[in-house]
Amino acid sequence: MSLASALKTGDVAELPSRRDEDWRWTDLRGLIRSLPPASPPGDAAALAPGLFNDLTDETVVFLNGRRLSGAGPIVVAAGAPRTVALRFISQAHGTAHHCALRLQLEAGASLALLESYEGAGEGYVADVELDIRLGEGARLHRVALIDEAADAVAVLTAEVELAAHANFAQTALTSGARRQRFETRVKHGAAASARLDGAYLLDGERRGDLTSEVVHDHLGAATHQLTKGCVRGQGRAVFQGRIIVNRGADGTDARMGHHALILSERAEVDAKPELEIYADDVSCSHGNTVGALDEEALFYMAQRGLPDAEARALLTEAFVGEVVDRIEHEGARDVARAWVADRLRARS
Amino acid sequence: MLSIKDLHVRVGEAEIIKGLTLDLPAGEVHAIMGPNGAGKSTLAYALAGRPGYEVTAGSATYDGADLLAMTPDQRAARGVFLSFQYPLELPGVPGLTFLRTALNAQRKARGEDEIAAPAFLKLARDKAAALKIDFDMLRRPLNVGFSGGEKKRMEIFQMSLFAPRLLVLDETDSGLDIDALRVVADGVNAARAPNVSMLVITHYQRLLDYIRPDRVHVLAAGRIAASGGPELAHELEREGYDKYARVAA
Repeated sequence: MSLASALKTGDVAELPSRRDEDWRWTDLRGLIRSLPPASPPGDAAALAPGLFNDLTDETVVFLNGRRLSGAGPIVVAAGAPRTVALRFISQAHGTAHHCALRLQLEAGASLALLESYEGAGEGYVADVELDIRLGEGARLHRVALIDEAADAVAVLTAEVELAAHANFAQTALTSGARRQRFETRVKHGAAASARLDGAYLLDGERRGDLTSEVVHDHLGAATHQLTKGCVRGQGRAVFQGRIIVNRGADGTDARMGHHALILSERAEVDAKPELEIYADDVSCSHGNTVGALDEEALFYMAQRGLPDAEARALLTEAFVGEVVDRIEHEGARDVARAWVADRLRARS
Repeated sequence: MLSIKDLHVRVGEAEIIKGLTLDLPAGEVHAIMGPNGAGKSTLAYALAGRPGYEVTAGSATYDGADLLAMTPDQRAARGVFLSFQYPLELPGVPGLTFLRTALNAQRKARGEDEIAAPAFLKLARDKAAALKIDFDMLRRPLNVGFSGGEKKRMEIFQMSLFAPRLLVLDETDSGLDIDALRVVADGVNAARAPNVSMLVITHYQRLLDYIRPDRVHVLAAGRIAASGGPELAHELEREGYDKYARVAA
């Protein structure tokens, strides 16, 4: 059951519902009573410049689920590191679209994948499926900025398979939507490493869901995960992180942290960190905290002249900044930092 | 400059300041001395507008305006600076980022143009050099991991950067060794000017050897129990606060 299969079959019974444990906080079945009609093509001439335009060799645009250039999987061969931008733009109003893309990094290849999810319409339903394969020793750095319309439903699912010694690092930053989910499923190869970071900045009635599952089946792989976020207004965040260390995956190093700021009475954070460990010789840890901004620090900042909203934005930015600072790609890191600063000030 | 009349301040259920009257003319430095629990820090916080410090009666007029009607950031923009007894740490907020944002917020509130990054850096460099502050410290998150002395020095650095007109120093001498005390006092003395007034809050006379006050007030049980010249501080050092505590009680 998935949004993709519901859109393909037109059957709402295919939508994930709260009866699915992994979807109990992002219940699409209860939300979508009937599936909207398919989105029209959209107007490619009306596109704003992409966030990562200045950083990339190649940009692939999906507009209302339709790919505007090229076809087939994106294949990256070994050689000089490449940077590719993926733009998923929803210009739709009350309609639905779906797209899928396969990405293949051959052994020894290196790619920075800079994704933006751009809501230019309203009330749409958007679904994206990515199938990502990393060959032996390949490196993929993935940054995703998710900025959907407030009343949209948007689901992104990435299946990531790592061959031995592959290195996968991702940072997903989301401002949520009516329902928004960013799901990553990683299968480790031997001695592979994955960094799965995320941050959510939710206000109004926006909801954001960062869900991941990482499976360790082989020796000596590492997973490091840091998710932080803040919720304001009636915003609601979901963090689900599952790390499964199967029998035989000795030498696994897995660390998971989720830390949230709740900045209003009616905001909510639901967190479910899960470590399932069936191997003996592993090093695993997780930490989960929820707090508020330090009132004394806010007064101190006000005493130096900062208006309350600015002081709150600065402290929140610093809190989330730990996630942004871990982005290795310098240009993308700067774009991400500015993106966070804008989101915290635009809608207070 | 600052005129406080019959001020009453409550913190929670307890009234801490109970009818305090004080005039601080422009260009003067007044010391507020008193025993622990007399309400010294409460007075400082009330003047800065800290939430939870509720003024239940009285007035504070600053430059002809009602100080108590302003938000803390409005007071700062008009030149009120409180040097904290325990300066806060701001994890993840680089000192320079914080200071530039704060300075520009103050300037904006006063209707002045923002200061551009290069001009700000030059200003910060000059002020840091004058106070013997390692400039690299300013790139680190503000006060995080700093010693007590370093934090106080950062307070004085901020003071010199913002060029305030009403300075409230809350126990600035606490936790300072004699060398740090001298650096801090030099910074404060450099800020003295005909249009700048200072309230120096301290438990000990020691600080006043370095920052010479024009007037000394004894705060006991929420009121000014006595006022005099600098010699009053020496008398307190000799005889203690006992007689004021008894009178107040």
